[in-house]
Amino acid sequence: MTISADHTAPDTTSPQEAPDNALNEAVKNFGITVEDYMLPARHQIQMVDPEGRLKPRGEQGTQPGHEYPVPGDRELLAAYEQLVVGRRVNDQNSALVRQGRMAVYPSSHGQEACQVAAALCLSDGDWMFPTYRDAVAVMTRGVDPVQVMTIFRGDWHGGYDPLEAKVGIQCTPLTTQLLHAVGVAHAAKLRGEDTVVLAMCGDGATSEGDFHEALNFAAVFHLPVIFFVQNNKYAISVPLAHQSVAPSLAHKAVGYGMAGERVDGNDVVALLAVLDRAVALARGGSGPLLVEANTYRMQAHTNADDDTRYRESAEVAEWRAKDPVNRMRTYLTGRGLLDDDGEARIAAHAELVAAQLRKGLSEDVPVDPQELFRHVFSSPTPQLREQSAFLADELARDAASTDSKEAGK
Amino acid sequence: MSPTITTSSEANGNVSAATARAAASAAASAEAAGPPPVTMAKALNSALFDAMRADSSVLVFGEDVGMLGGVFRITDGLTATFGDQRCFDTPLAESGIVGMAVGMAINGMRPVIEMQFDAFAYPAFEQIVSHVAKMHNRTRGTVKLPLVIRIPYGGGIGGVEHHCDSSESYYAHTAGLKVYTPATVADGYRMLREAIDSDDPVVFMEPKKMYWTKDSVDLGELRRLHDAQGEGTTAGLGSEGRAAVARPGTDATLIAYGPSVPTALAAAEAAALEGRSLEVIDVRTIVPFDDATVCESVRKTGRAVVIAEAHGFASVSSEIVARVQERCFHYLAAPIRRVTGFDVPYPAPKLEKYYLPGVDRILDAVDDLQWEN
Repeated sequence: MTISADHTAPDTTSPQEAPDNALNEAVKNFGITVEDYMLPARHQIQMVDPEGRLKPRGEQGTQPGHEYPVPGDRELLAAYEQLVVGRRVNDQNSALVRQGRMAVYPSSHGQEACQVAAALCLSDGDWMFPTYRDAVAVMTRGVDPVQVMTIFRGDWHGGYDPLEAKVGIQCTPLTTQLLHAVGVAHAAKLRGEDTVVLAMCGDGATSEGDFHEALNFAAVFHLPVIFFVQNNKYAISVPLAHQSVAPSLAHKAVGYGMAGERVDGNDVVALLAVLDRAVALARGGSGPLLVEANTYRMQAHTNADDDTRYRESAEVAEWRAKDPVNRMRTYLTGRGLLDDDGEARIAAHAELVAAQLRKGLSEDVPVDPQELFRHVFSSPTPQLREQSAFLADELARDAASTDSKEAGK
Repeated sequence: MSPTITTSSEANGNVSAATARAAASAAASAEAAGPPPVTMAKALNSALFDAMRADSSVLVFGEDVGMLGGVFRITDGLTATFGDQRCFDTPLAESGIVGMAVGMAINGMRPVIEMQFDAFAYPAFEQIVSHVAKMHNRTRGTVKLPLVIRIPYGGGIGGVEHHCDSSESYYAHTAGLKVYTPATVADGYRMLREAIDSDDPVVFMEPKKMYWTKDSVDLGELRRLHDAQGEGTTAGLGSEGRAAVARPGTDATLIAYGPSVPTALAAAEAAALEGRSLEVIDVRTIVPFDDATVCESVRKTGRAVVIAEAHGFASVSSEIVARVQERCFHYLAAPIRRVTGFDVPYPAPKLEKYYLPGVDRILDAVDDLQWEN
């Protein structure tokens, strides 16, 4: 494959099995050049506009080789239901933080379309590697909401079983999880499994070294990884312009030899269309893809952050008008796919999840101090056994002294 | 990536001379025993071969480990034998190597990865500290990471800058990592097999000056012993958490690990000529640490010197002194001494001999242990 005229075509006898053929096959099917395949379309893909109207085919941002069919009604209704649940979850969790029942919650309010599409595009055998802001995506994938929120409740660093859910731990160190995604995909490929892995990060994270290493490894080893970048415009307070002056984050793909695409991150229709095709391509052997979702973090980074210090309320208001949930409601209602009964049923579902969260996070889950030592290794070392006995003794003495004080009253 | 390094063991002063003497004496005694001498490099290479043959989920990758067989040739022949899907070169990115290994281990593989040199491993530090060490704990034991990070470490090869760090203390200080370091050819084989069998992540520190150390070892017999123990049942039977008495003695204890063990043995040999009987303890696994064997020796002798190439400040050697002091205070006839590298960045080759613990410096420390006569 030749990227530019003066760039020597690489030797295709790579140590991995006939990698370029699958990519070339994908390119051939679209009838475009490798460059046109890898470079994102000139405009972001948008199917439903902020007013909830399906855009005419010619105005969806597509171009030859970058065409996307509108997902089916059933998929869109399921996505809408998850959007409503996701919004409710975000707002419920923020309320629980204000009430002191959770230490912190990085809300994806405003980014629910990205969250929902990231989960719905995958099959059961696929994997997802989320960040700390992707709780709604993890829940949409089917993980129990209370287990998801355990990381923020404060009794342990994680609450769900990554192997059972096929969802990596919600990762805090930026983009380190992208390499885990690469490894999971690599292992699956070596065993001949058709697993696709979706690896998530934000716009600020694209500055990290592991972003580069992960994309490069995935491309060199031709792995079925979809790098899904939610460009929500801020890394805590620092705007995108301080992270990158690339034409878009999706343009970074071509530098690694993979395809990139930009999509309206508040349009779940376009997101599903683009991600569904990316998953199909990756499963078919195209190698990795990079999808940039153009969205906006409507709230502060967390409750500990004050976003009035670094952005204007007018900017936030502008994005409120592009809300992903309202947009989809208008679209589905307009198409006659959603009526009051449907809305009521979905709202009830969302309330059920919110109640589940309130109950689960209000419970005072007792912590076991001895658990400190239990999972450091497969079995505790002699030193950990010593320290465990020390703590047990200390607690026993504390309890005894409390008892004697009580008795002395 | 890696400049040419001096591989002659004659290149650097008394330490290597002592190593050579120890090796020569080992080789001499081997003639009587039978099996031909093999190098530490060969033992490690054989361990990788046997582990890959025994378990198809064992994968080897890193920089130059494929066609070249690694800059120290530890992975020599693996790609030719097992194919480029099981032993392969990666892009030059250490964080990528470790991070990908984490994902592979999550998904059922047992990666054995190579950091080309000790000081080249630092880009991977975040992956090692934030993920390799913590994954089992944060998932309450549901995700195991059976991966081995092989790191050639230490000095004594006349290496240029960034090729001779003693980085073991960083890993030993990180809760959730096991840290092995073999000091004999046989342990090179045994301990690497155990590390690969372990369900916990192991940082496997290979004393690079000992890659060419030879000893009379029957690798086939070691393989049979390993297989007899059975995969997954070596815990408690093998080297992990079990220090070795490398040389028995009665007057004082020299506590050493990895590259310092042959230096300690040479010092004990020299002390014996002066009529002093030194016991040498080879720590073998820094984590978990064998308090019992070390303390038993110190309680017996009442005197101890800890020897390590790494800087002494806030190091594995300071930890060993603290542990022994806490457990053996009333048995000690003198404060525990340390012979370590100075607290300076690793020196250039021509200054290495002043930096590294050597026989004379160890013997001086032993002389300082408040002998009564």
